[in-house]
Formats: sequence, structure tokens, C-alpha cells
Amino acid sequence: MKIIKNIFNLIKGYYKFILITALIYLLFQIFDGSIPIAPRLLTRYYMQIIMFALINIIMTVSLNLINGFTGQFSIGHAGFMCIGAYTSAYFTTILFKAANMAYFPQLALFIFSLIMGGLVAAFAGYLIGLPTLKLRGDYLAIVTLAFGEVIRSIVRSSDEIAAFLNQIGLVKFSETIAKISGPRGLSTIPNLSKFWLVYLITILSVIIMRNFIYSTHGRACLSIRENDVAAETMGIDTTRYKIIAFSLSAFFAGVGGGLFAHVLRFIHPNNFSFIKSIDYLIFLYAGGMGSITGSILAATGLTILPEFLRMINFQQWRMVIYPLLLIILMLRKPSGIFGNREFSFLIPKRKEVN
Amino acid sequence: MTKKQISSSVNKKMLAYDKLPNWKKYAFISAITLFFLALYISFFGIQAFFQQLVNGIQLGSIYALIALGYTMIYGIIRLINFAHGDLFMFGAYISCFLGNYLMAHNFRYPFIVVLIFSMVVTALLGMAIEKIAYKPLRFKPRLAALITALGVSLFLENFFALSPQNVPFPLNKIVFGPKYILFPALIAEKTYNIGGIAINNIKILIVIITIILMIALQYIVKKTMIGKAMRAVAFNKDACLMMGINIDKVISITFGIGISLAAASGTLYALTYGQLQSPYLGIWPGLKAFIAAVLGGIGNIPGAMLGSYVMGVSETFATSINSNFGYGIAFVILIVVLVFKPAGLLGKFTKEKV
Repeated sequence: MKIIKNIFNLIKGYYKFILITALIYLLFQIFDGSIPIAPRLLTRYYMQIIMFALINIIMTVSLNLINGFTGQFSIGHAGFMCIGAYTSAYFTTILFKAANMAYFPQLALFIFSLIMGGLVAAFAGYLIGLPTLKLRGDYLAIVTLAFGEVIRSIVRSSDEIAAFLNQIGLVKFSETIAKISGPRGLSTIPNLSKFWLVYLITILSVIIMRNFIYSTHGRACLSIRENDVAAETMGIDTTRYKIIAFSLSAFFAGVGGGLFAHVLRFIHPNNFSFIKSIDYLIFLYAGGMGSITGSILAATGLTILPEFLRMINFQQWRMVIYPLLLIILMLRKPSGIFGNREFSFLIPKRKEVN
Repeated sequence: MTKKQISSSVNKKMLAYDKLPNWKKYAFISAITLFFLALYISFFGIQAFFQQLVNGIQLGSIYALIALGYTMIYGIIRLINFAHGDLFMFGAYISCFLGNYLMAHNFRYPFIVVLIFSMVVTALLGMAIEKIAYKPLRFKPRLAALITALGVSLFLENFFALSPQNVPFPLNKIVFGPKYILFPALIAEKTYNIGGIAINNIKILIVIITIILMIALQYIVKKTMIGKAMRAVAFNKDACLMMGINIDKVISITFGIGISLAAASGTLYALTYGQLQSPYLGIWPGLKAFIAAVLGGIGNIPGAMLGSYVMGVSETFATSINSNFGYGIAFVILIVVLVFKPAGLLGKFTKEKV
């Protein structure tokens, strides 16, 4: 009985959230022709853009965890994405051939590979966070940037690494490394990112990150953002919480990267350059730092905007208009569209304390 | 209570290096450097070593001029001016067009005219950008200005990459187009062979011009009235307002000087490589120069020079081994240096007081 009651309470707590996400999902299903009651407006091309928007939501909210809620300044988010993408593609493409599998093992393998991608990225985040999180402000920013670029150049030199491993006798290992084929890009990634899966994972990630932010640990992170010296005096281990936030953020960036690899089905180190990190930074600040709602809406809007401009024959001008809008937004409203406000359904209800 | 007293265990471990006396630190760093250089000489020979050293000093000079502008602007308004690399590009293109014109009209000393013209025009553009985009955000959150700088950077590169035939009349005279163009040979190249090391007159010229500009900058900052005002504004803006220093004017002039150095660097870059790939060419030199500025301690002018030369030399050495390695080495050096010396090579680590 208690379990049923708990489940009931859980649904009660989330009913608005579930309702809204289910409604949006239904709308997509109707308009992409899965439920044949309306004309098919969303072709595969549009669905792919929407999937990229969803992935960008994961990336932006996870970046918000560091930049918006913990007050650190990271501009190397694409590096974690790169790690996640290559790790998960390694599992589904190189180690196992997911393309030849039955449906359920395939699904299980895909989810496993996403989690592995996330974990490896989180571990990388932990490793880079440990020595560098004592740096403040712009120095931390530049180290994260450098980290992202180092990851990228390591992947790009996979051939040389393979040759080196071959020389010192690790033939088997070097063959696996050679299959990553860094400078040519990894292709033939199976098409595993179905829309419902991407949608579900996005929602789960956002919920987990939101719950983290509203938990005790999240409050500790917020206190670090407000004033880290004061937080430390109140007995909060700031280094520990910074590393927790950094690793968690890296985890979700890794998951996002895994999804990205399986939507695009071709990954190249140049996909994850500094320019990609800058994109997420722009989404984040346009939406408003410290606002999940803002991140979600800005990531969706700014992913679709350039494609929309492409659609109305603004091909030439789209990348000119996009930064102009950004500059105007920042000049008019420096705190972003949402500041740090949230939609009410994203804020958990406070429990009554008896 | 200082930050140091309540630092956590991770910080304590890292501080072991900080506690070493200065001469031991320098001995440690130079021992590592010498070890790598000796390794390089033993593999590739002394001649290759000196050749790469010369090339590295040339590359370092180009980085140094950009990094000086970065560091000046950062020092005075704490803004990472991401548009700096694109103004470098603008300077290169402007000098290319003027150079073509002058060469067609058989001008006597085209190079000096081109250099000064591109410095002046780019400085004017930079000051205009500062007035429009950065000035309204001066007393707003710092990160809003950073995002604006990113927006300006994206705008400049994408706007100038528009192809002229697709753009309406008044603008098609301004845009550069996405194709690569050849840079006119403003100076006839002469190669001297000194003990098997090829040195051409362009390399010598670049180093000489860089040194002249650095000395001029040092003179302006240390000896003139405006330099004094700059240092005062960098130190404390509010006090400057009380002392009757016109902050806007000082910041504008700082932008002008910093950006004219970037333009000079662009001209020298174009002269070295003989071609301009596309209006996106400023991204990576700009980023590398920024990293050089951080490496030397951002906000510190001698630091920017030192950092740039360290970067340039290490990059050419590493590139001569492997191109991917050369790309990544700058970032690796940066991470290692910042882990051990959090404020850069020459920067002072200021302890936070509460």
C-alpha cells in the first residue's frame, strides 16, 4: 500500500509537469504524422531540427548548472559533449554492432552507451575540476576552454596515437583506437535516437537537474554563487560542491553528446570546437542565467531561429541577423529574457513542515 | 579572515608549489623547458632547432601584438573582447585592399602606408563598436558584456563573409566575400642563409615592427598623461570619476590603441602568409593570443609579450613534430601553468579579503 501511496504522491507532485510534457509530445506526434488526424506538417527534416533543439536543451540546462547556479564560468562545454559522443559511439558502433541487433537489445545497448558516455564525461569533469576549480572567474573559463580544445586535438590525432601504441606492442588496443578515425570523422553510427527517446531523456535530464538545484546540495551551490567566502564560513565545502556541480553538468553534457552522435550519425572533432561551446553560452545567457525555463526556451528558440531564417530565404543573412538579435537583446535586457524567474510548473512545491 | 586560511584539502596540496622560494620555482620550470628542448635537439638536430626558434619568434610576434590589445582591454574594463580576433581579420583585409590599390599605382613605400592606414581604420571601427555595444553595458553584469562581445564577433565574421553579389547596393562595396584572396607582395622577399638557417627579410621586419610597437606602447602606458589615466582607470573607476578623469574617453582611447595593435598584427600576418583564407581567419589567432595573454597573466603587458613568445615558440616546435600536437600544445601548456601558477606567469595572485 505504501508503495502505491508513494507513487500517487509522486504523480501528484509532478502532475502539471507530466501533463504539459505529454501534451507537447502529443502535438508532435499529431503533426509528424504518427497519429493520422492532422496533415503531416513536420517532415523528417523538421523532426531532426526539433531533436537538435532537445539536445541543446540538455546541454544548456547542464551548462546552467555550472554557470548559472554555481556561479563558475565554464566555456568548454563542447569538450564534455565530445567525450560523451565518442564514448557512446564507441559502444554502439565499434565495440558492438548495434545496427544488426534486435529492437530491445539495441535499445538497452543505446541507453547503456549513453550512460557510459555521461560517466566518462563526468570523470573527465572531475579530473579537470579537481586542480582547476581553485581558479577564479576568467582563469577558470580559459582553462575549461583549453580543456575542450585539448580533448578535440587528442581525438583528432587518434591515428598517431594508434601508430604509437602499435609500436610499443599494444596491437589490439591500437586497432580499436584506429577505428575512431579522428581526422576523418566517425561515420556509420546507427540511427538509434528516436524522437520519443530523445524527448524522454531530455525530460528526465531536466527533472534530475531541477531536483538537484532544489535539493540541499543545490542550495549549497547557489550559496557558492552568491558569495563563496560567506558560503565557506557557513561550513559548506565549496571545492566539493563545485566539483559535484561540475561533474554532474559534465555527465549530462556527455549524455547530450551521445544523443547528438546518434541523431547526426556522423561525428567529427570539429563538430565540438570552441564555436559549439560558444553556442551554448549564447543560449544560456539569452535565456537568463539561473533560470531553467529561460534555458529551455532560448535553446529551442535559438536552434529554430537560424533554420527558420533559412526557410524564408534568408540563407545569406541568417548568421548576420542572429548575432544582431543577440546584441540587441543584451543591450536591452542584460539579464537575459527570463532573468532568474521560472515557470511555476518547474518549481517543486514546498513540503509542509509539521 | 583570508581565503587561504579556510581553504580546503585540495587547495592545500596545490599550495605546496606556491610555498617554494621563487628561485626554486624558476629552476624547476627552466629545468623542464631545457629537458624538452634537449630532447628536441637530440631528435631533430641543432639546425632544425634554430630554424624553428626563428619561426616561433615570428609567430610569437604576431600573437604578441594581438595579446597586448586583449590584455589592455581586459585590464581596463575586465572584458574579454572576443571581437578582437575579428578586428585582426578586418585589419588584414583592409591592408590587402589598400595594398592592391597602391601596388597598382606604383606607390613608393606601400608597406608603411598600408600598415598605418589599416591601424587607423580598424581602430576607428573598434572605437565605434565600443561606443555602440560595450559602453551601455559598462555598469551592468560583466557577463552581459561578454555575450555582447561574442555577438559582435559573430556579426563581424558573418557580415564580412557575405558574398557581394547577394547583397544590396551600398553594402556590397563593404563586404569581403567568403573566398580566399591573395595578399599583394608589398615587400620583395629576400632569403638569407645564415649557417643553414633560412631567415627572410619579412621575418626580420615583423620582429622589428613588433618591438617598435611594444616600446611605443610601453612608453604611452608608462610615461604619458593618457597612460597614467589608463592605469588609474584600470585601478579604480569610481575614484577616477572623483578625480575628474573622463573615463569614457580613456576607455575609448585604450580600445583604439589595443585594436590598432591587432590591425598591425593582421597586416603582418597577411604579409607573412601571402593570402587571406576567409573572414573567419581571425578566430584561432585571436583565441591563441588570448590564451597567451592569460598565460602571461592577463592585464599585465610584459606578461602578454612573454606569454605570446612562449606560445609561439612552443607551437612551432610542436607543429614541426606533428600538426595536431602543435594545435593542442598551447592549451596543454596553459592548463599546466595555471594549475601551478593560478594568475599566469607574471601575474600576481591577489588574496581575497573579506
